[in-house]
Amino acid sequence: MNFPILSSLILLPTIGALFIFFVRSSNSQYQSSKYVALFITLANFFLSLYLWIIFDKSIVDFQFVEEREWISGFVNYKVGVDGISILFILLTTFITPICVITVNATIKNRLKDFLIAILILETFMIGVFCSLDLVVFYLFFEAGLIPMFLIIGIWGGERRVYSAFKFFLYTLLGSVLMLVAIISIYWITGTTDVIKLYELGIDAKYQNLLWLAFFSSFAVKTPMWPVHTWLPDAHVEAPTAGSVLLAAILLKMAGYGFIRFSLGLFPDASLYFVPLVYTLSLIAIIYTSLVALMQEDMKKLIAYSSVAHMGFVTLGIFTMTQQGIEGSIFQMISHGLVSAALFLCVGVVYDRLHTRLINRYGGLVAIMPKYAIVFMVFTLGALGLPGTSGFIGEFLVLMGAFKKNILVATIASLGVILGAAYMLWLYKRIIFGKLINEDVKKMVDLKRFEIVTLWLLVLPIIFFGFYPEPLINSIEVSVANMIDMNDLDKINKLALGE
Amino acid sequence: MENLQLIIPELFISIMIMFLLIFGVFKKNSSQLVYNLTTVSLVAALALIINLDTQIQSSLFNNSYNIDSLGRFMKILLILSGIFVMLSSSKYIQISKISKIEYPILILCSILGMMVMISSNDLIVFYMGLELQSLALYVLASFNRDNLLSTESGLKYFVLSALSSGLLLYGCSLIYGFSETTNFNQIMVNTKEIEYGLTFGIVFILVGLAFKISAVPFHMWAPDVYQGSPTSVTVFFALLPKIAALTVFIRFLYIPFYELGDQWQMIIIFLSIASMVFGAVAAIGQKNLKRLIAYSSISHMGYALAGLSTGTTQGVQSSITYITIYLVMNLAFFSCLFMLKRNDEYYENIDDLSGLSKNHPLLSLSLLVVLFSLAGIPPLAGFFAKFYIFVAVINEKMYFLAIVGLLATVIAAFYYLRIIKIIYFDPEKEKFESKHNLGLKFTLVASTFFILAYFIYPSGIVDIISQIKIN
Repeated sequence: MNFPILSSLILLPTIGALFIFFVRSSNSQYQSSKYVALFITLANFFLSLYLWIIFDKSIVDFQFVEEREWISGFVNYKVGVDGISILFILLTTFITPICVITVNATIKNRLKDFLIAILILETFMIGVFCSLDLVVFYLFFEAGLIPMFLIIGIWGGERRVYSAFKFFLYTLLGSVLMLVAIISIYWITGTTDVIKLYELGIDAKYQNLLWLAFFSSFAVKTPMWPVHTWLPDAHVEAPTAGSVLLAAILLKMAGYGFIRFSLGLFPDASLYFVPLVYTLSLIAIIYTSLVALMQEDMKKLIAYSSVAHMGFVTLGIFTMTQQGIEGSIFQMISHGLVSAALFLCVGVVYDRLHTRLINRYGGLVAIMPKYAIVFMVFTLGALGLPGTSGFIGEFLVLMGAFKKNILVATIASLGVILGAAYMLWLYKRIIFGKLINEDVKKMVDLKRFEIVTLWLLVLPIIFFGFYPEPLINSIEVSVANMIDMNDLDKINKLALGE
Repeated sequence: MENLQLIIPELFISIMIMFLLIFGVFKKNSSQLVYNLTTVSLVAALALIINLDTQIQSSLFNNSYNIDSLGRFMKILLILSGIFVMLSSSKYIQISKISKIEYPILILCSILGMMVMISSNDLIVFYMGLELQSLALYVLASFNRDNLLSTESGLKYFVLSALSSGLLLYGCSLIYGFSETTNFNQIMVNTKEIEYGLTFGIVFILVGLAFKISAVPFHMWAPDVYQGSPTSVTVFFALLPKIAALTVFIRFLYIPFYELGDQWQMIIIFLSIASMVFGAVAAIGQKNLKRLIAYSSISHMGYALAGLSTGTTQGVQSSITYITIYLVMNLAFFSCLFMLKRNDEYYENIDDLSGLSKNHPLLSLSLLVVLFSLAGIPPLAGFFAKFYIFVAVINEKMYFLAIVGLLATVIAAFYYLRIIKIIYFDPEKEKFESKHNLGLKFTLVASTFFILAYFIYPSGIVDIISQIKIN
């Protein structure tokens, strides 16, 4: 395969952004820049779909690897995909066009700049998921801050400045230690190439500190309790498309990082820190679910539910079992779809009533029946009803957890119940109940583009709920290899005294 | 005669200084012409330097003047920055009514002084170069003599700088006393043992040098001088003296006193940490852009010193890379400042930038790129600058320095973000003029492009710098 398909995936959105930037347009032509963005992102989606089709799921190695000298004698630009990263790339390229469609309703000013920011962000997001060099990874990981900062800050709500700063500084502070760790890894092993590092392994005596440095970055980005406080602010203030990208993809970078780097590079340290991660994940699951119950702002509620769901992800990853890790990846993909959909749903009613307070709504089922249906699907997806993708992820995670630690698994299961409680209560308060607010009566049901975007998300959520095979199939070999390669099973057994 | 051939660039500039001085006096109203001729002579000097044989490694005039790869690179950097400063500020000096023939000539004088500093291999030669550049800078700082702030800044700079020069000279005499020579190479031979007097000498010289690059705790002059001087002089201050002083730092620490690394390493680490942290914290409260960039440059010098403090060739190379990228970023920043003009008046407060992005999308985009780059966010050039420094620092297992430095970047990110916030998130104000002269536009576009596109081919500069030999 000579065609540099991954680099094309990374570069295509940037080329689109440059195109939009350089083509001068008056106000009336803003529409055309939207079509350009849509075209580019769709092209990218189909390209990644093609990549998924020709991707050989039975091979352990990284595929479509491209390597080029970059900083001479030090860092090579190296990209490649395995069964895990390809799913995240697909998720990214699937969600971005949906975001582009939503700009119709939400972005009133500086549409062109917004589209450029989204496209540049897509470049960085795809870059994160396919980079096979630590420095390249760090570069993409950090670079994503710039467009997201602008998206929150320029097109956000009232407290956008505060939220944008909080988002930026929290994440930056989290990642500086990772940079120290990456450079240290270079001096310890002589390379930052992930594949070589997998082969070489890192001496156990360094692993704990390095693991903590990576953890500080990923924990902020995941976000794990207690460094999750930037997320509700960022979500609430960001425009719909920003929230969608943040929830669906940016948070997944951390989960992906945990699997690829924390488990892959520091297996001993990962095992050592399992209790820490379990504790933080459980607190995230239970505590943020309770917090979510008490929210009066819809976006905040969903933001807290994201923290709880990501708690399941981190829990699953650090069970270090086949089911647990597969479940986590599945949960991330599913949460990417569901949370994106939920934020879009909030965006729909926010555009009509310009408030996110739950108590201003009620009785929407009578006037917006189409909306009520899709919202129902997403609510059920979020609470993990069997038949939706959310169920598979949570189920696998819990299965992995039960294998390892029954107490932890039991507490985590409580989180599922709490999840059902806050989601159903949210649904009840918004969709059912009495129609009190006069303004609500004037709301119109879904417009055509909203129907398209929302149903596009309904389909995969239900499809993968009933037939998870394509996804599981894709990650199975890579996860098994990850466990084999680092002897995670053996380490586990030793730790358990078997 | 052979010696003279190698210092043709310096000779050329000296001759041009004398020629322009006479020419300017005899020809009436020739200030603009002299200005342009100065720019041209800088270009010619650049050509002369590039034309010199790159392989030459020689010491002239009784081993007191070095022609080598380090000097060559730094001189090219110096003169290039000089050219761009001249190009970008030509309009400014006309409008600020400081377009006099002395202005470009003084700039040439100080560039000549810096070139001598860069090549010096002897304490006396080094001191002569230093004084030549400083004297010209005192006058330049107070060039806008009708302006109270400008006069004050000139005087302040003069008094403090004289003090630091005094300390430096005292350090030189101590070193001479204990090593019986002023030549750098000879000092190395003569000082195998550590003596207290020698250590004092090193400290005094380091104090003097730290003053020149405004490292904490010898930074007090910088904010006032940056703010008070005419902007065209501020950009000069922000760029050129740093190159010269850093080169002297390198030569001084790595030739005569390389063996005494444990004597000076702690001092440099302290200067570095203090500058990084203080520069980052103190800039948060600033309202004037020039004052803010003064604190920011204090912070940046801290990073450059962090590279030097490693005591390795790699560290020095990372410092040189840092200063190169720093120059480009500051050049771009000041070019943006030169564009904030309305009705023949320049604006330099942060609040004046409010909502700039609505009226001037391209200018704001440049500022955005420059500020994120100054903050060290990838994939912009500023990130790579810091990256190289930290690679060198961590290689020497100086984790404390690396972590403090990285935390300082987070603090510093806050005030850069604050400017971006004002440009992009705040309500708009009156428009600025959008017509600018070609030189200024070219400077801005070229420097912004460099910052943006650096990541595509980062090896280019590193490869050149990695050929520089220190000893």
